Amino acid sequence: MSEVIQKIVGPRAPAEISEAERRKFSIPNILLGAAAVLLLVSMFLPYWKMTLLAPQYPGGLSIEVYVNRLTGDVSEIDGLNHYIGMRPLGEAAQLERAVSLVAVVFLVLLVLAAIFVHSPWAALLALPAILWPFIFVADMYYWMRNFGLNLDPTAPLSSSIQPFIPPILGSGMVGQFETIASFEIGLWLAFIAVALILAGLYYQRRAYKPLTEKSS
Amino acid sequence: MRLNRSSSKPLLFVTVLLAMALIAVIAVSCQDSGEQASTSAEVAGAPEDINAIAEARGLTPADVVNAVKTFMPSGTHDEYYEFASGGQSGQVYVIGLPSMRILKQIAVFTPEPWQGFGYGEAGTMDVLSQGGTTPDGNPLTWADTHHPALSETAGDYDGQWLFINDKANARVAVIDLRDFETKQIVKNPITLSDHGGTFVTPNTEWIVEGGQYAMPLGFEYSSIENYEADYRGMITFWKFDREAGRIKYDESFAIELPPYWQDLCDSGKLVSEGWVFCNSINTEMATGGVEQGNPPFESGASQRDMDYLHVFNLNKAAEVAAAGNTTEINGFPVIGLQTAIDEGLIYFVPEPKSPHGVDVTPDGAYMVVAGKLDPHVTIFSFDKLQEAIAAGTSETDAFGVPVLNFDSVMEAQVELGLGPLHTQFDDKGYAYTSLFLDSAVARWTLGGSAGELNDEPDWTLVTKTPVQYNIGHITAAEGDTVSPDGKYLVAMNKWAVDRFLPVGPLLPQNFQLVDIGDPGTDMPVVYDMPLPDGEPHYGQIIKADKIKAWDVYPEIGWDPHTQAVNPNAPLQGEERVERDGKNVEIFMTAIRSHFTPEHVEIQQGDHVIWHITNVERALDATHGFTIPAYNIHVSIEPGETVTFEFDATQDGVFSYYCTEFCSALHLEMMGYMMVQPSDEASSGSNSN
Repeated sequence: MSEVIQKIVGPRAPAEISEAERRKFSIPNILLGAAAVLLLVSMFLPYWKMTLLAPQYPGGLSIEVYVNRLTGDVSEIDGLNHYIGMRPLGEAAQLERAVSLVAVVFLVLLVLAAIFVHSPWAALLALPAILWPFIFVADMYYWMRNFGLNLDPTAPLSSSIQPFIPPILGSGMVGQFETIASFEIGLWLAFIAVALILAGLYYQRRAYKPLTEKSS
Repeated sequence: MRLNRSSSKPLLFVTVLLAMALIAVIAVSCQDSGEQASTSAEVAGAPEDINAIAEARGLTPADVVNAVKTFMPSGTHDEYYEFASGGQSGQVYVIGLPSMRILKQIAVFTPEPWQGFGYGEAGTMDVLSQGGTTPDGNPLTWADTHHPALSETAGDYDGQWLFINDKANARVAVIDLRDFETKQIVKNPITLSDHGGTFVTPNTEWIVEGGQYAMPLGFEYSSIENYEADYRGMITFWKFDREAGRIKYDESFAIELPPYWQDLCDSGKLVSEGWVFCNSINTEMATGGVEQGNPPFESGASQRDMDYLHVFNLNKAAEVAAAGNTTEINGFPVIGLQTAIDEGLIYFVPEPKSPHGVDVTPDGAYMVVAGKLDPHVTIFSFDKLQEAIAAGTSETDAFGVPVLNFDSVMEAQVELGLGPLHTQFDDKGYAYTSLFLDSAVARWTLGGSAGELNDEPDWTLVTKTPVQYNIGHITAAEGDTVSPDGKYLVAMNKWAVDRFLPVGPLLPQNFQLVDIGDPGTDMPVVYDMPLPDGEPHYGQIIKADKIKAWDVYPEIGWDPHTQAVNPNAPLQGEERVERDGKNVEIFMTAIRSHFTPEHVEIQQGDHVIWHITNVERALDATHGFTIPAYNIHVSIEPGETVTFEFDATQDGVFSYYCTEFCSALHLEMMGYMMVQPSDEASSGSNSN
């Protein structure tokens, strides 16, 4: 049993090593640790933003999506959306927003755990965090599509505005509104975390693989 | 050698190129300067020939300069607000400077439908009802607004509150400058008419309301024969509670005065803080009766060479009032004239006959009295006044009020011209006085500390600018504070005569913007603005950034009359109709583009209490609401909750709808109130 655990956890860095060797073993830890920090910080920053521009809104309207909440001109945009029969934005992704904080913390813990697992299993631990920003974007797309395609056919403007898929990135037009969707700092941090994790895993493998081969 | 020759070829080429470029540059720059010389007024980069436009419109170069000084490009904001009284309209104008564009007319004493002021909405009906009723019980719905006063902190406008008096019925209103709405009206319980108000003390602890026409105390009847014995003047000091935003009736008081027709007042500031000064115009105590062969008031009240500047020690008066050394008249505490004399609360200083404005200089050191029937302004020194009070005097008027010696208090007299009325100040040591008969604004120099701010000798006339016509008040940018801005002055002219397109025999008034930015004799009129809705008197000009107006009400369900969320406010999802016997309470919301509910079913004879919340948060997303036949109209601004009540006496079907064009589906924003006929109500409810 302990052998299995040993195999999963992988080898430890030798106690007596040179300065250059020490760096080789600490770099993956720093990269994975930094990724964990970025993911944690990203929870408090917006992931996605949509700006609506129209003549009668000189300052524009905007909505910012965090992992667990919507901020900005939500009620105003909901008010406008009712003309085209779109459901209130607060009804979208309720489950996702409810569990997201716990989920991100869990991802962070897994990444931190990967620091201590010096075998290929580390990649499995880090996999959810690697997938995380892609899952977020995919989920956003699902809800945008769901909301955009399921407009109330009895809404005042249902004859002039056909169901549509709002852009998840870039601009589009709905009535007199130009919509500009963009990825925000939180999502970028998550992407950077992915890059750091991949690099961390690579360097971890490079540092520990020789030890594994040596012991076997 | 060969090397040299081969390298000199490109060199020659470059030299030729450079020379050509130089010629081109010179040619172009010569052309530029030639054009500049021929069209000196042309604006650099202007796409059209300004001169041609000016010529086609008959504009002089000076006109073009004035246009540039006052024009606000589309979408830009003015630098100053002017708050001007609306005269007989009973309202207050809000005007942007320098463009002179009207921004709003704040409903104050008179119902105003657009703002939903006095057309059913409970808060506004309450404010109007505070203003009292006619003898037959109808609300007073007009006013003669005269002198607005912005609240001050340390003698400077703070942009929080605005006060205005009603001369006709001796009332004072309080306007909140967060939402530009009237919050309170107090009706003076002991004064028939006022003119010496409103003026605030430097920290707005007190609002001064000087009475105008003398009357028997307590609104009693007394024959005009008994004028000297029974008629009295009055000055009221209203205590203002800045936190509550309300006048505290219970902590206010008045001082009884001789029946001299007190006129304009001003509060002391800095060195003179705690003192108040008022003019008087009928120390003759003329009683008129031209129809009986007596001299009319206009001449009877203008016989003496001197009237009395009233000097009040307000701080001491407040102590006397707080100590309860007062008499109750109509339930209001009044310091009797004899008490005021005994306690040293009041002194008189002779002033040239029938003056109009008394204005305290920015440093608080001088009181400037405008002569009206005397071509001078007379400047009194506050220091000298204090010395004279300390030295004492044996002279009194007919009522025993100590009269100080004119020469010992007077600092200077400056001859300005005919009909000096009001004085304002700037940042360059100049004073500006309106000359009614000369139809001009006079610029003259102050002395004392302000005298060093300009090159001219102290207490001298510098220049006069003609204005059109019959100027009354003037107001300069922050021109009655401890730190005037200079820059702009508005001449508030009573007559327009020929200045605007004819509109029949009733002409608008004419506000003229005067550029006072340059020192010396250059002081041009730069803009004429017609005022078509009552004759304004005084106005005050405040730097725009001092006003912190709300974009929308802070929270949904806001009651502007408590400036807090109304716990009863209908919210989205909680709309309902509640019935309790004959009382029906409706909780409605409004959002673009529907009211909820859209059907309201009631019975004839019901008493209806109707609440509407505008749940919008967008700037300018205001909804109006009206029910035909019931004379109800409300304005529901974003976040606001309004309430109105009525008895559903008439049966039938009534379409209620949004009256403020809110959205593309605004016309569809309506509903039906169905009043079912009730035999009981139609047969016997008239007694109700």
